Amino acid sequence: MAYGETQAMTKYEPVIGLEVHVELNTKSKMFCRCSADYFGKEPNTHTCPVCLGLPGALPYTNQQAIDDCIKIGLALNCKISEKSLFERKNYFYPDLPKGYQISQYRWPLTVNGWIEVEGREEIRRIRINRAHQEEDTGKLTHHGGSTLIDFNRSGVPLVEIVTEPDFESVEEIRDYSKKLQQLFRYLGVSNADMERGDMRLEANVSVKREGESELPKYRVELKNINSFRFMVAAVDYEIKRQIEALEIGERLSQETRGWDEDKKCTYLQRSKEEAHDYRYFPEPDLPPFFLDPKKIKEIKNSLPELPWNRAKRYQTKLGIKKNDAQHGRKHKIIPQEIANYLINKKSDINTLLPTQIIEEILDKRVGVIENEEELEKMAKEAMTENPTAVDDFVKGKQQAIQVLIGAVMRRTQGKADAKRAREILEKLLK
Amino acid sequence: MKLTKDQVKHVAKLANLPVTEEEEEKYSEQLSKILDYIDQLNQVDTSDVEPTFNVSGQTNVQSEDKLGVCLPQDDALSNAPKKENGFFVTKGVFDNE
Repeated sequence: MAYGETQAMTKYEPVIGLEVHVELNTKSKMFCRCSADYFGKEPNTHTCPVCLGLPGALPYTNQQAIDDCIKIGLALNCKISEKSLFERKNYFYPDLPKGYQISQYRWPLTVNGWIEVEGREEIRRIRINRAHQEEDTGKLTHHGGSTLIDFNRSGVPLVEIVTEPDFESVEEIRDYSKKLQQLFRYLGVSNADMERGDMRLEANVSVKREGESELPKYRVELKNINSFRFMVAAVDYEIKRQIEALEIGERLSQETRGWDEDKKCTYLQRSKEEAHDYRYFPEPDLPPFFLDPKKIKEIKNSLPELPWNRAKRYQTKLGIKKNDAQHGRKHKIIPQEIANYLINKKSDINTLLPTQIIEEILDKRVGVIENEEELEKMAKEAMTENPTAVDDFVKGKQQAIQVLIGAVMRRTQGKADAKRAREILEKLLK
Repeated sequence: MKLTKDQVKHVAKLANLPVTEEEEEKYSEQLSKILDYIDQLNQVDTSDVEPTFNVSGQTNVQSEDKLGVCLPQDDALSNAPKKENGFFVTKGVFDNE
């Protein structure tokens, strides 16, 4: 590792683990059937006795959320636990009406997976400790001397993905985070919008002397950072700060720090003295889960092609350069193709990912109909079907040909090259 | 088993309960007695018994992901000692979210 090379003699290497929280886009909440669609809604209009933590209310597990968590686990090569339990994570804070969060601790749904990430030079495996199911908390707004609470978000399904401390550089963190975001969207389990808080990152950072096998005795938790860019900046800063502290013989301690974007530095949020003691114990109100291997297999078979596998396929089958396949750039897709795609699908540009568009366009290209005769046959059919358009075109209304091209594209389910279809139609209409 | 006053303080802090010095003494005694009782229970040989966390005997209880009825805002807030514009209001917590 290059860190600390400019400093004195000792070289250091960072030890970094990541925790990702992702809110699922289920219709209802994790343990009650209140709407989970809380964003921008009137405060405290999506609540019931369960998610308000009223005495006597009993939780009821959302099946879709469990399936979604299993999907995420499977995509990350995790083992699906035969037996899984929820536990109570106890702490006192106003965002938590019950006094505890229903989470998982000793019996998570999925464990021991891995994912490949790309860092500075090589591709490396990051071990996934677990992907477990839990519930979100209420939203707090600090206002003058008081705190306002909205429980619409309380109980929204949340999946937490925890890695082992395997990251060696910020590049790997960036790649990992982006891969997960893409995965959630591919699986359709979350919109994974960082700014809205659908996806949240936390990093545990410490540094050790190069080559030392033992993990450091402390770790600094970086929290409440709502963009990839800030997280990368915060980790980068933290590595340098810790190396400098060790160099002058300072002892580092367990603490939570945030990122100050204006000052470009991390700052202390909570120190060890206030460290939490969660007193986990199994949630007595929720019976255990025994996961049926047949059902797991069904879920596994229902998974779409994963984004990284798709990128690999494009590289090998279509000869697209690695970078292009991964980032969806320079696909030699002409702007017209993208425009056609957006118009045909009536897509919402605000929610669609550029990579998604490019991939879908590429997907269609895979099956492009090259056969001239077949295209001609379909062009003729399109003409018989649309006599008015043919008439209009013959009378000089050039744009009438669009109707015919559209008809050809529909017949081929988009697998014709629109330009080629136009040429054939023009030839036939002469 | 004797619970120290410091341990009582710690537990009280976790539950966000204000405890006077007098109470610390009293609770340390009371809680120690509870622990003694647990010690007594621990003498029973349970090596052949599966740990039980749920006595309903049910497993895999799940509900379909469909919307149910929520409380109207007024009802949701009806027990709140303090409210403002549809929000519950508490003393300021300056620790961030």
